[in-house]
Amino acid sequence: MSVADQRKLSAEPLPVVRPPSPLADIFRVLWSNSKARVGMVLAGFFILVAIFGPLLAPYNPNDTNFPFMLSPNASHWLGTTQSGQDVLSQLIVGTRLSVIVTFAVGAIATVLALMIGLTAGYLAGWVDEILSFLTNVFLVLPGLPLLIVLASYAPGAGLGLIILIIGFTSWPWGARVLRSQVVTLRTRDFVLAARLAGDSRARIIGREILPNMLSLVMANFLGSATYGLLAAVGLQFLGFGNPNQISWGSMLYWAQNSGALLQGQWAWILAPGLCIALLGMSLTLINFGFDAISNPRLREDSE
Amino acid sequence: MRYFLRRVVFLVGTLWVAITLNFLIPRLMPGSPVQAMMAKFHGRGQINPHAAQAIRIMLGISSGGFFHQYLQYLNQVSHFNFGVSYTYFPYSVSHMIGQALPWTLGLVGLSTIISFAVGTGLGIVAAWQRGRRADGFLTTVSSFTSTFPYFWFALALIYGLSFILHWFPLSGAYSGSAVPRLNFGFVWDVVRHGILPSVTIVISSIGGWLLSMRNNMINTLNEDYVLLAQAKGLHERWIAWMYVARNALLPNITGFAMAIGFVVGGSLLTEIVFAYPGIGYLLYNAVINEDFPLMQGIFLIIVVCVVLANFVADLAYVLFDPRVRRGTSV
Repeated sequence: MSVADQRKLSAEPLPVVRPPSPLADIFRVLWSNSKARVGMVLAGFFILVAIFGPLLAPYNPNDTNFPFMLSPNASHWLGTTQSGQDVLSQLIVGTRLSVIVTFAVGAIATVLALMIGLTAGYLAGWVDEILSFLTNVFLVLPGLPLLIVLASYAPGAGLGLIILIIGFTSWPWGARVLRSQVVTLRTRDFVLAARLAGDSRARIIGREILPNMLSLVMANFLGSATYGLLAAVGLQFLGFGNPNQISWGSMLYWAQNSGALLQGQWAWILAPGLCIALLGMSLTLINFGFDAISNPRLREDSE
Repeated sequence: MRYFLRRVVFLVGTLWVAITLNFLIPRLMPGSPVQAMMAKFHGRGQINPHAAQAIRIMLGISSGGFFHQYLQYLNQVSHFNFGVSYTYFPYSVSHMIGQALPWTLGLVGLSTIISFAVGTGLGIVAAWQRGRRADGFLTTVSSFTSTFPYFWFALALIYGLSFILHWFPLSGAYSGSAVPRLNFGFVWDVVRHGILPSVTIVISSIGGWLLSMRNNMINTLNEDYVLLAQAKGLHERWIAWMYVARNALLPNITGFAMAIGFVVGGSLLTEIVFAYPGIGYLLYNAVINEDFPLMQGIFLIIVVCVVLANFVADLAYVLFDPRVRRGTSV
């Protein structure tokens, strides 16, 4: 085992549970973990708001007919913006784009990480050497500065491009964790048995290896999603992306640029930031549950 | 020795990839630096078509082939020649970076060390108390704080502690009236300005260290030698620190590699909010002025710093792990 393999705890060989647990089973274990349960309820809430947002918002988020920079009051619970929009309505409607960014980045990063991790881990040899080297290099390159340089060449691009840029730069962490898991699985007896039975490479990977690292893949998805949320908000705060698309990040951009704090409209900045932190936290909490699935030592009931 | 060589190869390889990316990105993206600069001047009247050639020469873009340009770029970068800044003309990019870098190194370096030390320490406590109230409190709070957007937490601190309570200055690294001199008054002024940015970075990054240290500890707690130590009747605290923590620390030191890039990104945003005259604030100004040479120079410098920090962490690993030192089983 090389040094690289030993670098991170989650990259250690994990106890493998056979037979592969179906989705319902995973859900049951997650639900039995109190942290993951809180996380799932919170995340579910945000997803519902993202879906039904426009129906829940008290006003049209683009309506500029209200007084400017109102502090929170009875008719505008979170006050108004500098151009007279209702902050609460923006927050509710903006949930949709922020949730989309979060999960889209998670999905892109996880698919890329899976492809690279599986290839490197299963093929081994020089393919592994090259892919692992690339993974480690991109792991070390600081993400946000790279994102800023990339995004600055595409000014005014919409959220779609932001999602792609973040997704395509956040795979290395997952690729490394998944690769080392594949390496430990590859030599297990059941994989050998499948190989001796003449199964194709694709079938071995799809039927034998992948189901055994499902919880790791899900943990990776949640980690990348949290990262994507924070990275997108950071970029939007700097004015990248299209500031006219309402999301939590663009709300913070406008609030900062119109000096919301210095004019006493604290709710305009507090609310989106709190939502970001809560959504991020809910994903982290669910991740505790997945940690417990893939590593029984972390289970609460094993005390 | 073999370990050391591997690390050096990795160091050089990473720098090479970063430089190559920096060379490729502007050339793959639509538009050219010359067009960008022409567009910048367009608002100030008509531009002579010959100006394009002049700008090209001024920016040092050779008309040679792709590969020729690449070699030229490598040569320039190895001499720390990143060209001329558009915004701070006639200052060179290296000059601007030289001005800003010490502030960032001081702020981010100190905050990261504090955060790593305190976070790891609390992670040990959380793992030792696992399942009890202290653990639940620490893990829940840190999974909340670790998802704070850095800049948002910075804004909240400014509002509460500077704007309302006037405890700390609103922005900058020292008062406008202060004379940069090495005396107590100026140093105190710098410290006072540094506290809030530093607290922002520490609070937002401490959760990551805590959570990963807790996980490492819990894995190590189940080792046989811990059971033996307990059976011998050693003091609980002695086991926690000398038996478990020492081994659990290893993955955390290398976890540094993954975290430092994230911390640096977050501290860039922190600097922007505090108008702290470091690399992040400079990058922000480069971005809003579309100053591409400055932007790329900053990106490279950040990469160099992060990669070097990693290299040092890898060498520190050798000090902590005798297996690596003896070159066995790794």
